[in-house]
This record gives sequence, C-alpha cells and structure tokens, in this order.
Amino acid sequence: MEKRYFKSLALVFSVFASFFASAQEAATRPEMADAMRADGKIYVVVAVLLIIFTGIVVYLISIDRKANRLQNELNELKK
Amino acid sequence: MQKHWWKVLSVLLITYSIIAGFLGEVPARDILNESIRNLYFHVSMWFAMITMMAISLVYSIKYLAGFKRPFDNRANLFAEMGLIFSFLGIVTGTVWAKFTWGAFWTNDPKLNGTAITILIYLAYFILRGSMDDRDKKARIAAVYNIFAFVLMIVFIGILPRLTDSLHPGNGGNPGFSNYDLDSKMRMVFYPAVFGWILFGVWVADIRYRINFSKERIETWKNDILNHLH
Repeated sequence: MEKRYFKSLALVFSVFASFFASAQEAATRPEMADAMRADGKIYVVVAVLLIIFTGIVVYLISIDRKANRLQNELNELKK
Repeated sequence: MQKHWWKVLSVLLITYSIIAGFLGEVPARDILNESIRNLYFHVSMWFAMITMMAISLVYSIKYLAGFKRPFDNRANLFAEMGLIFSFLGIVTGTVWAKFTWGAFWTNDPKLNGTAITILIYLAYFILRGSMDDRDKKARIAAVYNIFAFVLMIVFIGILPRLTDSLHPGNGGNPGFSNYDLDSKMRMVFYPAVFGWILFGVWVADIRYRINFSKERIETWKNDILNHLH
C-alpha cells in the first residue's frame, strides 16, 4: 500500500517537473519571428524586396544598353 | 546574350539570397534573434568591397606594367564601386549594431578600422581629382592604390584580430565558422557574396564604358581645338 502511494507521488512529481522544465525552456529560448512565419506575412516582405530589386535591375539594364549605344556611336564616328 | 550570362547569374544569386535569406532556417540565438539574417546582406557588402578593391589593385599593377590608360580607368572605377559597397556596409552595420550591441557606433577596432579604410580610399579620389596631367595622375594614383590596399588589409584584416572586438572571429570571439554559420547559412551566404561581387563588376563595367566614351569625346575636342589654333 505504502509502495503504491510513493509510486503515484513520484509519477505526479515527474509530470510536474517535466511540465515546469518545458515551460522554462520555452521562456529561455531566444525569441524568433515564428508568428510572422506562421501567419505567412513574411512572404509579403520578400515580395516587396523582390519588386524593389527587380526595379533596380531593370533600370541598370537600361543604363547598360545606353552606355553600349553611346560607345557604338562613337566607334562608328571614328571610322 | 552569351556575353551577359554572368549578369544574369548575379541577379539570380541575389534573388535567391533574398528569398532564402528571409524564409530559410537560421539558428536561434540570444540578442541576435532574427537579425542573424543580416549576415546575408550586411557582411556580403564587406566581402564585395574587399573584392572590388582587390580587382582595383590588380588593374593598378597592370597599369604600372605598361602605362595603358584603360587599366587606370578600370582601377579607378572598381575603387569607386568598392567605396559604395563600404558605405552600404557601414550604414547597415550601424543599424545592426544599434539593435544588438546597443549603440550605432562602438569603439570596436573593426569599426574604427573600416572608418580609417574609407578615409584612405577617399584620399585616393581626392588625389586623382587634384591633378590635371592625365598620365601623372594615373601613375601616382596607381602607386597610392597599392599602399591603400595594404593599409586596408592591416586595418580590417589584421589589427581587429589582435585586440578584443565585438565582431565574431576577432580577439577570442569565435568566428561564424565555429558555430554561428551553420551549413544552412553558408548555402545562402556564399551565393549572396558571389552575387554581389558580380553585381559590382557589372556596375563598374557600365561606368567604364561611359568613362571610355567621355574620354574619347574629350580627346576629339582637344584635337579640334588644336587644329583651330
């Protein structure tokens, strides 16, 4: 009888201990933007950045072509 | 199109680094938290800057070997591109420092080292601007560029490693290679660095072609003026 009593007490204690440990672990884990990813909103930021980068690249390509045209015109003038 | 494959590669690599840089898995660390992702963007600027300066150095040495002007032009424009990367690096660094180290600027040896490096390279452009003789300017600038590169290595590569620094990999602080930069982060970081280097080469190449045209017009103008006199 007494043995069973101890057994159940140990079980209760271990459950409590594990619960407490996991709660503490959650509190000490470095905070990351998990909610942002769970909501899916981080994709919005990625999309905005990609649009900005695309705009810059398109502009750079047009400058690249202009510089090329200028060089070609000058090369033809030299002939 | 075949000539431009590396430009396409540059855009693809940077695009990949933006997508994987935000959505990829990163180690959870105290203080750094999600800002650890800045590694992909802030540190890439410095790697690109050092590469631009190294390319500039190579062109300066090539110029000194035969005094051909195009080499001097390339050296000048790559140094300019490097300077732009260094400005981007230092501004993004101050933002990151504010939220992790607590201040926009700390007396970290690497921060002061980069500030001195930027001043050294600014002096390169002032030196160029202060001389009218085209060839004399090119020769002195090329020699100074070698000196500037050596100083840059000393100030950002050697001195911060000898003293205590907040930066990883310096003064007993473990480098990213030890534990922070895990293999998943490497898969984003190195493509990002390579992408930005190619991007810098691209912009410097465009600048070179504009500069080339400008100098040609200048020569013609002088020829015509000499003809009239």
